[in-house]
This record gives sequence, C-alpha cells and structure tokens, in this order.
Amino acid sequence: MSNTQWESLSVQAVAVVAVVYFLALLAHLIEWAALRKLPNDAPIDARTRTFGRFGFLLTVIGACVHLVGLVGRGMAADPNRVPWGNMYEFVLSGTFMVVLIFLLLRSKFHLQWLAPVVVGFVLVILMVSQLTLYEEVVPLTEALSSPWLVIHVVSAVIATGAFTIGAMLSVLYLVKARSGDRTTGFIGRMPAPEVLDRVAYRVHAFAFPVWTFAVLITGPIWAHYAWSRYWGWDAKEVWAFITWVVYAAYLHARATAGWKGRNAAIVALVGVATLWFNFIGINYFFGGSSQHSYAAPAVVSVSGDSAAVPLSPGTR
Amino acid sequence: MAAPDLNIRELLRWTWRQLTSMRTALILLLMLALGAIPGSVIPQDDIDAFKASQWRDQHPKLTPIYEKLGLFSVFDSVWFAAIYLLLVLSLVGCILPRTLVYWRGLRAAPPKAPRNLTRLPDSTSYATGESADDVLARAQQVLKKRRYRLVTDESGVISAERGKLREAGNLLFHISVLVVLAGFAMGSLFGYKGGVIVWQDGGFSNNLTQYDDFVPGSLMQAEDMEPFSFQLEDFDINWLLKGPRKGMAQKFVAHLKYQETPDGEEKEYDLRVNHPLSIGDTDLFLIGHGYAPSITIRDGNGDIARSGPVIFLPEDQATFRSFGVVNAPDARPKQIGLEGLLYPTYANVDGNPVSVLGDDRNPRLSMLAYVGNLGMDSGDPQSIYTMDKSRMTQLTKKDGSMFRVDLFPGETKKLPNGAGSVTFDGIRPWVRIQISKTPGTKVALTGVILGLVGLLGSLFIKPRRVWVRTRREDDETLVEIAALDRSGGGEVETELAEIVALLRASDAREET
Ligand code: HEM
Repeated sequence: MSNTQWESLSVQAVAVVAVVYFLALLAHLIEWAALRKLPNDAPIDARTRTFGRFGFLLTVIGACVHLVGLVGRGMAADPNRVPWGNMYEFVLSGTFMVVLIFLLLRSKFHLQWLAPVVVGFVLVILMVSQLTLYEEVVPLTEALSSPWLVIHVVSAVIATGAFTIGAMLSVLYLVKARSGDRTTGFIGRMPAPEVLDRVAYRVHAFAFPVWTFAVLITGPIWAHYAWSRYWGWDAKEVWAFITWVVYAAYLHARATAGWKGRNAAIVALVGVATLWFNFIGINYFFGGSSQHSYAAPAVVSVSGDSAAVPLSPGTR
Repeated sequence: MAAPDLNIRELLRWTWRQLTSMRTALILLLMLALGAIPGSVIPQDDIDAFKASQWRDQHPKLTPIYEKLGLFSVFDSVWFAAIYLLLVLSLVGCILPRTLVYWRGLRAAPPKAPRNLTRLPDSTSYATGESADDVLARAQQVLKKRRYRLVTDESGVISAERGKLREAGNLLFHISVLVVLAGFAMGSLFGYKGGVIVWQDGGFSNNLTQYDDFVPGSLMQAEDMEPFSFQLEDFDINWLLKGPRKGMAQKFVAHLKYQETPDGEEKEYDLRVNHPLSIGDTDLFLIGHGYAPSITIRDGNGDIARSGPVIFLPEDQATFRSFGVVNAPDARPKQIGLEGLLYPTYANVDGNPVSVLGDDRNPRLSMLAYVGNLGMDSGDPQSIYTMDKSRMTQLTKKDGSMFRVDLFPGETKKLPNGAGSVTFDGIRPWVRIQISKTPGTKVALTGVILGLVGLLGSLFIKPRRVWVRTRREDDETLVEIAALDRSGGGEVETELAEIVALLRASDAREET
C-alpha cells in the first residue's frame, strides 16, 4: 500500500471509530435509561443487560478500528514511524489509551458502569480533534527522530490515559459522595464512595510512576541529547513538573487526616487539569516560545550578540 | 526565668512538629506547583532573554514590580527557593525519624494478635475436624509460601506480617528527592554552558575568549574547562525538495576533527542532532546552522580593508533569508559598513527579492552601504551583528536615489563617490555549537532512578498482617483468621479469602 492509501485508510478508520463509539454510547445510554427508576437491588431484565453487553462489544470493536487508524498514521509516514508526532496524533493515541486502559481494568475493578462516561468522553475528544487538529502526515523533524521519542511519548501517553480514567473516577467519587444514599439509577448503582476512592487511588498509583518515568527520566535524557540540556524550565517542562507535584500532593492528601476523600479527589482533578492544560494550553498559548511545541515554524532568536538558531525545534 | 525559656523551647518544638507534619508537606507541595506557574507565563531571562526584554519594553509599569519579585527568573528567586528549602527541611525532618523507627523495627517480630480476632473488619472463622496442630502447621506453610514472616506463640496463635519493604521504598523515594536536588545543584553551580558559531574550515579551542556567549555556574573555575579544540571540516545538510514538508532540512552532519588536549591525537567525529560529542565531562551539541558569505571590501585608497567570511543570521527558518552586518573599521579615508540581507536561493518574485529555499543554490547579497565613523575605537565591546549608525551616512547614487550592493558570488560592485568597492567572494556554511559541562548529571539520574524504584515499592508493596488462632471446642477445632491492610489502598478481603481457601482446600481433601 502506498503512503497516501495508508493515510486515507487511517482517516476512514477514524470515521468508523466515531460511528462505532457513538453506537456504543447509545447502547449504554439505553441501558442506563432503563435502569433509571429501578431500585439498586432489583434484578435487571434480559433486554437491558443485552444492551450493556452490546455496548461493551461495540467498544471493543471500536478500539480495534481505533488501532487500525493509529497504525495507518504510522505507516503513511515516510519513513514509517510511531503515530505520535503532532497534536492530532497524540490525541488519537491518547484516546486509544483511555479506551484500552478502561477495557483492561473493566473486569478487574468492576468498572462496567463507567462505560458511558469513557466512551462519551473519547467520542467528544476525537471529534473535536478531527475538526481542529487534523494534519497531514509529515516526516518528523530531526530532533524528533530518536528512539527516545518512542519511549518518552509512549509512557506519557499511557500516563495521560490512566490519569484521565483516574480523574473520571474521582469526579464520580465526588458525585457519589454528595448524593448520599440514592437508591436508584446510575448513581445508585455506582459502587460505594470508599470503593470509588480506592479504585481511583489505584489507577493514579499506576499512572504516577509511569508519569515520573516519562517526564523525569526519559524526558530529561532525550532533552540532553536533543537540546543540550536535560532540564531547562521550558514552559512544557514547567507544567509537566507542576502536574507531577500536584499528583505527589494527591498521594500525600490521601494519607493526611482532613484531606482524605473529598479534598484528595479535588487535588486529583487539579492534577488532570494541569495535565491537559500542558498538552493543549501550552501548544496554543505558548506555542512559539516552547521548544516542545508541535507547531512546525521555527523560532530564530537572536539574543544579545549571540545567535540561537535551533536546527529543528518542535517536539512534545 | 525558667518559664520563658521553656516557652521558647516549646515554641520551637511546636514549630518543628508543624513543619514536619504531613499537612505542611502537602501545602508546600501545592505551593511549589503554584509558584512554578509564573515561570511559564512570564518570559524568563535565562530561557529567552530576548523575549524577556521585549516584555519589559511593552510593560513599563509592571516591570519594576516584577523585577522586585524576581518574576523574570522565578526558579532562581528567593521566594521559590524558600518554598523548596522549607520542603527539603520538612522532608529531612520527616524522613530522619521515620528511618530510625524503621531501622529499629526491622528486626522486630510481627505484633501480637489482638484479643478478639473476629472483631477486626476483615476476619472470618470456621470449624474443622482436624487437630489444632495440623491446622497451625498448614497455616504456617501457607503463610510462608505467601512470603509472610511469622511467629507462633505457645498458646497456638500465629502472627504474620509482610510488606515491610513498602516503608523502605517510601524512605528511599524521599531520600532520592534530595539526591536529585544535589545533582541538579552541582550542575548549576559547577557547570557552564556556552555557544559558539564556527564556519566551515574554522576552528575553536575551549577557552573563555572564544565563546560567543557563555554562562558560567556561580562556583565554576576557568581551570575546569577541558582543553580540547576542534575544526569544522564540512557540513552536510539534506533539503527536502518535495512532499508535505518541502523546504524542511534533515540529516544535518557537522564533520569535526578534534583533539582532547593540545598535543593529543587528532580524532574525527560526525556531530549530528541527538548525537552530541562527549569530551570528558563536556558535551558538544549541534544546535544551529546558517551561512557566512565571504566579502572583501576595498576602501577609497584601493586597499583591502577587510576580507573573509561574515556570519549572517537566518531571519526565516523556512527560506534562510539571513541578515548580516559587515564592518570595515580599517577602511580609509572613511570607515565603511554594510548592512543587509543574504538570499541563499535568490529569485525575483513579482519584483520582490525572495529566497525560495534554505539551500545555497543561488546566493545573492543585497546590502546598503554606509561610510563615516563606526565608533569602534571607544573600546566599548560591540556586537559583530550590529552597526552603530549614529555617525555613519548612507551612500546614495549621484542623483540621490537609493543605492544597493546587489551581488552574486564572484561579482564586485563599486561604491559611489569613490568610497571603495565590495566583492562577494563565495559562501560557506556555519554551525552553531553549544558546549556545556554539567557535573552531577549522573547523580541526578541515579537519584531519579532510585526514586522510581522506591516509588514502585512504596506504591505496590502491600503491607499486611495476618493472625491465625485455633481453639478446641468439643471435638472440633475452631479456626479464627484476621487480616489487616496497612497501606490504605489494598483489598485485604481477597487476600483473606485466598488464605482461607488454601487452608480449607487441603481440609476438604482430607475429609473425602
Ligand atoms: C519534595 C517533596 C516530596 C515529594 C515529591 C513527595 C512525594 C511522595 C509520594 C509520591 C508519595 C507516595 C507514596 C505512597 O503513597 O506511599 C509520598 C508518600 C509519603 N510522603 Fe512524601 N513527598 C515529599 C515530601 C514529603 C515530606 C516533606 C514529608 C513529611 C512531612 C513526606 C512524607 C510522606 C509520607 C509519610 C508518605 C507515606 C504516605 C503513606 O503512608 O501512604 N513527604 N510522598
């Protein structure tokens, strides 16, 4: 297959993914609508359960097509490469990771009820990125062509996916904790607040070391080779550090009397806000000034009597 | 007199307790995160000095306030240092006592069973026909296999514990934070970084005078600079002529010859992006490139006033249209200066001169000429990239219309009024090389890796205690088992259920 064929395969796959996720969302919404008035302990009828299973199946199919879309992006590039060289590709990979992590954790932590939230979130993000971030497949700039790109970004994507799932759990924890003892519907059937808190913690506890690996180990190593310094307080680095510190605070909060539960969950949400701001905000508001911006145009900065002409800025 | 003394001591003790409390650590962490934000929003002097000075020009009112608050170099500011030093203090105050406690407790036996096991939230009991000794023996086996340390007391109670390493991991992680800070500090105190532009066939030897810009660490000594030297033999670059990134360059290679010491052996290295050259503790990186046209200026007397390459700085990364200044202070009777543009691949598009590619396929110079006094005798250091035009006059044609020196390589242009002439001899590439020495890098790297290991231990090792008690009742043995999770994250019910299943599985086998 030629590069353009791969590229159009990827585009078509992403379109199919959106439709499949939409149907999955629909199935889950029908399932939950049927449960709306049903008391928690009442048995669920077969039809409703079928919708749930149908939603799950569609999500799995969606994830497979999603993977095809990703592989297509990588194969369309010349030379072939990992499909996370710009913001659009990062979103495509990140959303895939969210779905994948959800599917992997689903039975271990009994997360079936989280399905509509995950699918809905991914669907919206995918559509927005298709509309605003889509870019043609282009070769990587020189600084990006490094094995560290693979290691660094894949760990960042995994951590981002996991933190995102963790944030969903923390939000639902807050909702559930506020709702008291509702005995019907979606909220009523969610696990108890303590369970939600614990599962959220375990997801964050997985994501945190991965994030540490991504931004405090592989990031600096790569930065050393690519930009001649391992840590330079560049905008992106500052925010990666902020994210890291906030999640460290979350882990402390969970062990501190008076901060457990509600406040810890809020700290986790602050963490996810900094995480996503780092990805979106820094590229848009600080694009030119961050060496990490995905934006292609290069910066030529002449400071004093020295000329700094980066060979190829632009990486995450 | 004793009372106030005591109060001070109490106050100190209270302060210390507050400082080393978890809540303080938490708040300091959040403050650290908050404090870092201005460092990304406001241009920082040591990251982008040019932008910082631009910002200062645009905000004359805010600038003095920001200067006072150190907002142009947040990460060196007093208040940012205050936050992290407090955090370090809190960390040490937290870690030291915990390390002592951990050390003392390391050899201690698992704690005694609570009086009533079935009162614990995770507990269960069952009756069996086996003898108490059999049950206990098997319980010991099962627990040992699950890597519990255990003691059995005379009354037939097993106390088992595992996962003590969790705390060790936690301590290791927190100590690593200090190691990383130490490594980071070494780099910024004893290291240096500088940049130099070297044109093809040009060379560099590592001493202060040869740098274009140089930032020493505050405790760095000139003797710490490794005495290497290098020469740029050649520079390769590959311009993409088609595809979606047409005009982008790739595969930059600077072919260097270098010597680690003045009389060392001469070696070769292909310096590429992502592939720095390491000489001792110093690393050389390829970070930029551009063009240096060779320009000869003859003065009004017909003598050569200057000759050789001049570094032009790219203004536009896509086409490499570059800006440069050529000063000829030796020109007589009047000094001569040129200022203008280089188009590496010149084309005339709708009457406008442009460069259509970054490659030097059709280079053309287009400069304005000045004569007068360049003001270079005052002794003030002057940038070679600018011209002081305050005492220079721009040359115009006889009729007063605009005069420009437009040249292709090999061409010469006479200046008006017999002021001299300019020759464009040729063009060669230059590269910008960043040279930095960062001691402590390995310390910091070791620190983060140890930190990650400690973190994994502290997050995933599950500290548990299990107790098993047997009691003889009629002709049955009543077995009570309880488990306790000490991390706040683990599901201990499953652990308990598994242990009970193992105990009873063999139980069932014997009964059949
Ligand atoms: C540089 C600042 C610090 C960072 C980045 C940091 C990070 C962390 C992280 C990531 C954890 C999670 C491990 C776990 O959940 O078991 C943790 C746990 C812990 N930290 Fe820190 N910490 C810092 C400072 C402090 C300070 C100043 C104290 C003492 C007041 C402290 C006391 C603790 C304790 C006691 C735990 C264990 C919590 C538990 O029992 O689960 N930390 N820290």
